[in-house]
Amino acid sequence: MDNIIIVPLLAATLRMAAPLIFAGLGGVFSEKSGVVNIGLEGMMIIGAFFAVFGSYTTGSPIIGILFAMVAGGVIAAIHGFLSIHLRADQIISGTAINLFATALASFLIGPIFKTGGQTNIVKGLSYNLPGFLKNVPILNSLNWFVILAIILVFVSNYVIFKTPLGLRIRAVGEHPSAADTLGISVYKMRYLCVIISGVLAGLGGAALSIGITPLYRDGMVAGRGFIALAAMIFGNWKPFGTMWACMLFAFGTAFQMVAQGFSISLPNEFYQSIPYILTMLALAGFVGKTEAPRADGKPYVKGER
Amino acid sequence: MKNENKILKTIINAIKSLLFPFVAIIISIFVAVFFVMWAKGYAISEYFSALGHLFGLVWQGSFATQRNALTTLSYVTPLIFTGVANSIAFRCGLFNIGVEGQFVMGMIAGGILGLIPGLNPVIHILIIIIGGILIGGLWGGIPGALKAKFGTNEVINTIMMNYIGMNLANWIVKKSVFTVPGKSSTPLIQESARLMRFSNISEANISIFMAIAFAIFIYWLLWKTTIGYEIRGVGINPSASEYGGINVSKNMILAMVLSGAIAGIGGATHVAGVRYQVQDFMGLPGFGFDGIAVALLAKSNPIGCIASAVLFGALKSSSTLLQLNDIPKEIVFLIQSIIIIFVATDYIVKYFADKRKKGEVVNG
Repeated sequence: MDNIIIVPLLAATLRMAAPLIFAGLGGVFSEKSGVVNIGLEGMMIIGAFFAVFGSYTTGSPIIGILFAMVAGGVIAAIHGFLSIHLRADQIISGTAINLFATALASFLIGPIFKTGGQTNIVKGLSYNLPGFLKNVPILNSLNWFVILAIILVFVSNYVIFKTPLGLRIRAVGEHPSAADTLGISVYKMRYLCVIISGVLAGLGGAALSIGITPLYRDGMVAGRGFIALAAMIFGNWKPFGTMWACMLFAFGTAFQMVAQGFSISLPNEFYQSIPYILTMLALAGFVGKTEAPRADGKPYVKGER
Repeated sequence: MKNENKILKTIINAIKSLLFPFVAIIISIFVAVFFVMWAKGYAISEYFSALGHLFGLVWQGSFATQRNALTTLSYVTPLIFTGVANSIAFRCGLFNIGVEGQFVMGMIAGGILGLIPGLNPVIHILIIIIGGILIGGLWGGIPGALKAKFGTNEVINTIMMNYIGMNLANWIVKKSVFTVPGKSSTPLIQESARLMRFSNISEANISIFMAIAFAIFIYWLLWKTTIGYEIRGVGINPSASEYGGINVSKNMILAMVLSGAIAGIGGATHVAGVRYQVQDFMGLPGFGFDGIAVALLAKSNPIGCIASAVLFGALKSSSTLLQLNDIPKEIVFLIQSIIIIFVATDYIVKYFADKRKKGEVVNG
């Protein structure tokens, strides 16, 4: 009996969490290097659209994913240029990216798909497990994005905390002028991280479009980039923490679908709000303590004391 | 003589500060024309005819007829409120992305308080405005207080408050005692709560005057009073303000409450003047986000917000006509976002100014 509810619930949680985890990891990279990336939302939007576009033009969802990653990276490069070289306020720059991405995606639907507000349904990523794995519960109702997301959590954690590159990234985010003194190029590191974050967020968008429903619709991302950002903060700027926070948020969404069948039913608007309230409590220090990279959000000016 | 110089200086400064937004607008239109050319299949040599086409349509769609001009006004009104709301927070060095949620809560206040029967219209409108101020102020004040007391990032908290607000609003609209049975909306508000419309051909109403009045009031508050001086002081340099005896956390909370209150009035009057009822929200309505653009273009000057709200409102109201002429209406959002990208780069201006100064020193 319990399995009937719990297994689909967990599977749904994981499917919902995958896009958030990608974007959240993107946020970790960007902010570890000291660039606040509120543009994750826009990068996800662009990723979601270009994944559909790529799959539509080539007929291959894999190419669609590549399109999404490249497009996310390009949009992120704009954010990088604005906030690293031009020293724009990173929040304003991110907001501009969000506005631009939303407008661009919904504009492109017109000339390319000749429809308004929604693209055609394209080929999604098929999920065929080799024989013996097909019977494993939960695993058989996921998609490749979930598996990739979890692998990337391990990879990101390894890169950030166990490699010289990760040490440099963290140095640049904690104390850029010290890093600069030691010959680490602060700008290069930050560009690298911001572009990685765009690629990951683009992948997150792809996970949302061709991973769940294989089309792009205006307003489809619906604040998931912001939630990923919140998850990253809730997860204390660490890949694993971010993953668990994303799972919690996704669980909130998945739970309200299941919870409608309960005897004592609270309105589902309440369940939907739980992750947001939890985030606020977490940030205020009621649920664990979070600590941002010290130079997060501060443009680096060479030669400035 | 001295006075004349002063006036001249003010005028020159005003022109200087207007120059950059103007350049941003021109560049973004320049870029947007390429999108128009692509959508309509113009050849590259027809650039200027595409430009003329776009301009003509935007003008026609927003101001050319009385009906369109009035529709533009009804788009401009909420943008002034949300733009001013964002400006207050910017001036205090805060980023209030929650204007969206505060606006939504204001709408709920308008929708519910508008139901009270048997009131004098003036008193009823006042009650609605006060309701908007209270709920908007609360919705803005919570992230403000969290920022002041715990130092938590107001950007994330205001985003969270947006979604909490939207969910709460949806619950009120769909499942509470205020729901019309069988529908996902609140009942129509009383006749006494409705703001007077200019004519029956559009939704434009007297709330535009309230918007302008509040914009001027906030300008006065920020630049002519001690309260405003303290808020701006905290925005420019919190440490120096603290040293100078200004209570930083009090002013942060105050700025967020004020910002939320203005957004709340915007929402409440939007319901009282345009919608007359609140429907469920499929997503955030977007007035607050547009308000960020309005405030950024206006360089966080409340009076400037009126002008930039007119620009964005006009773009928005021309979108229907653009669509009818086979130009995707999203072009107006593209123009808007490109403007903001350029506004975000205002460091470029400072960079070249600094470079020139350095050059002078070296040469000297």
